[in-house]
Amino acid sequence: MEDIGVLLRFPAMPYLDQELDKHFKLFRFWDVSENEKEAFLRKNSGSIRAVVGNASAGADAELIDSLPNLEIVACFSVGLDKVDLDKCKEKGIRVTNTPDVLTDDVADLAIGLILATMRRICESDRFVRSGKWKKGDFKLTTKFTGKSVGIIGLGRIGLAIAMRAEAFGCPISYHSRSPKPDLKYKYYPSVVELASNCRILVVACALTEETHHIVNQKVIDALGPKGVLINIARGPLVDESELVSALVDGRLGGAGLDVFEHEPVVPEELFGLDNVVLTPHIGSGTVETRMAMADLVLGNLKAHFSSRPLLTPVV
Amino acid sequence: MENQNPVPKVIPKVLVLRPPPVFRFFEPRYLDKFQFLKAWESPIPTEEFLETHAASVAAMLTSGFNRITADILRRLPSLRLIVTTSAGLDHIDLPECRRRGIAVASAGSIFSEDVADAAVGLLLDVLRRVTTADRYVRAGLWPLNGDYPLGTKLGGKRVGIIGLGNIGLEVAKRLEAFGCSISYTSRTKKASVSFPFYQTAIELAANCDILVICCMLTDQTRHMVNKEVLKALGKEGVVINIARGGVIDEKELVRCLVEGEIAGAGLDAYEREPEVPKELFTLDNVVLSPHCAVFTDEWLRNLCELLAANFEAFFSNKPLISPVAI
Repeated sequence: MEDIGVLLRFPAMPYLDQELDKHFKLFRFWDVSENEKEAFLRKNSGSIRAVVGNASAGADAELIDSLPNLEIVACFSVGLDKVDLDKCKEKGIRVTNTPDVLTDDVADLAIGLILATMRRICESDRFVRSGKWKKGDFKLTTKFTGKSVGIIGLGRIGLAIAMRAEAFGCPISYHSRSPKPDLKYKYYPSVVELASNCRILVVACALTEETHHIVNQKVIDALGPKGVLINIARGPLVDESELVSALVDGRLGGAGLDVFEHEPVVPEELFGLDNVVLTPHIGSGTVETRMAMADLVLGNLKAHFSSRPLLTPVV
Repeated sequence: MENQNPVPKVIPKVLVLRPPPVFRFFEPRYLDKFQFLKAWESPIPTEEFLETHAASVAAMLTSGFNRITADILRRLPSLRLIVTTSAGLDHIDLPECRRRGIAVASAGSIFSEDVADAAVGLLLDVLRRVTTADRYVRAGLWPLNGDYPLGTKLGGKRVGIIGLGNIGLEVAKRLEAFGCSISYTSRTKKASVSFPFYQTAIELAANCDILVICCMLTDQTRHMVNKEVLKALGKEGVVINIARGGVIDEKELVRCLVEGEIAGAGLDAYEREPEVPKELFTLDNVVLSPHCAVFTDEWLRNLCELLAANFEAFFSNKPLISPVAI
């Protein structure tokens, strides 16, 4: 397979980079400067039969069109918002992602963000390190156990978050494209109604054209000054400028955010706020999970190019 | 003519040596029910104050931060009740109370949930680097330096709980939902749980990845988490302490963290609060919180109600709400 060209869209962890390099002809597209990308593609497109993308960069229509021999897009993510799925279907290009292996870590981080935000863990760490504890006690924070949790999107990750929150005695409600009658959680037909009826709103759905800015000003207002927003899904699901102004104004109680509209840029107005926790898209960021994701990417590519069934196909 | 005036109700006195954090909320709420004798407001030394003003006082309110020694108790000949705002009792001379027939009521299990939440929050923060990643973002480093280093998965880890009381059980319940396996050490094996039991902290540490300290501080548990226990826990091990600083040999813990003998720690308690060993400030694998695992808004409301209920029961000769067996 060493002559099969694989276009890598992001700086991969050493294990993945080495394995891709070992088994295929690896093109590190992320390392090519912007003004040289077009020339690079023209020169190498003929041999490129696979793209490896992630949450930041995948395969849009333009890239797909410039790779005439593209057969498979293997995503190092479960989210597919950076891949033009319709175009892939149209052209018979296979698409794979990394479901299940990262579900636990992302759900864990969602709860970690809830606790960090409500119990002010980051702020209290700053309090200790700055020497303020010597001058007086830390403030009261907000109890998490028993608080109502509303989840947008009850897929694998949403369900895993619900299970964990239940162990904290939290009543669970949700909104998704359609109600799930097998589940005992309360369904709300709109996100605004969900936000009006919970203290902690967790965004856990896929980013599509329909869900863009699904958390808008109305939803944020409904969540209110005691409400907390947690986003471990995709930045564009939330109207970020509305979110920032609501947090700065105190119209929203707090937020724990792992994703942003224009990563790695995070609105600087948030840096001065104590009621937010900001993490740099680390939802699946553990050694164990990234290894498992890398193995899925490699496994899918090898399967495809040896005409075996794909491990985790989407298209 | 018969005197129609009702006998003025005597408002019972409650001695407070130094105000517990809750006092500024408790006092205004219960001013009409209790007369608070505030020793710290007096210009005269405490011992003299007690002898002069507290000889007839039957009840005292204290926090976990005041030492109620035999010496203090000696100056309170009428004392029959101590109500502490903590769950811990290591600050009270219990044998002396037993000898004198002084009842003790604690905050019982009303904040087990808050403390358990804090333990899980600290653990997730240490493993997934939430606080350090937040620092990274706020320093503007994400666009400059790229992705943050990877953390460690919680699911599948073996959690060893030291002390399976109310708090320990709440911690276990939560961590099971994250896919952790639970084992414990305690004074006695608990028939009501099926978690594996280890006789000693060192055996527990040798068989787990994460130690969560949830026990009381007593003579037996002081410095229980020592050099041998930390060594048994190992280089990948994480320690979470939401109990009392004295359970850990703090100097040894700091050395292990600095030298990479254990992987990380989440601490809410220290040996000499509010002193925190400065070496910890330079470490990225440690999350530090200022003994606030308890301090939530709900804790406050529930605690005020519980304290008042205990005092009211005592003064009406009814059974205490949350007595401690001493």
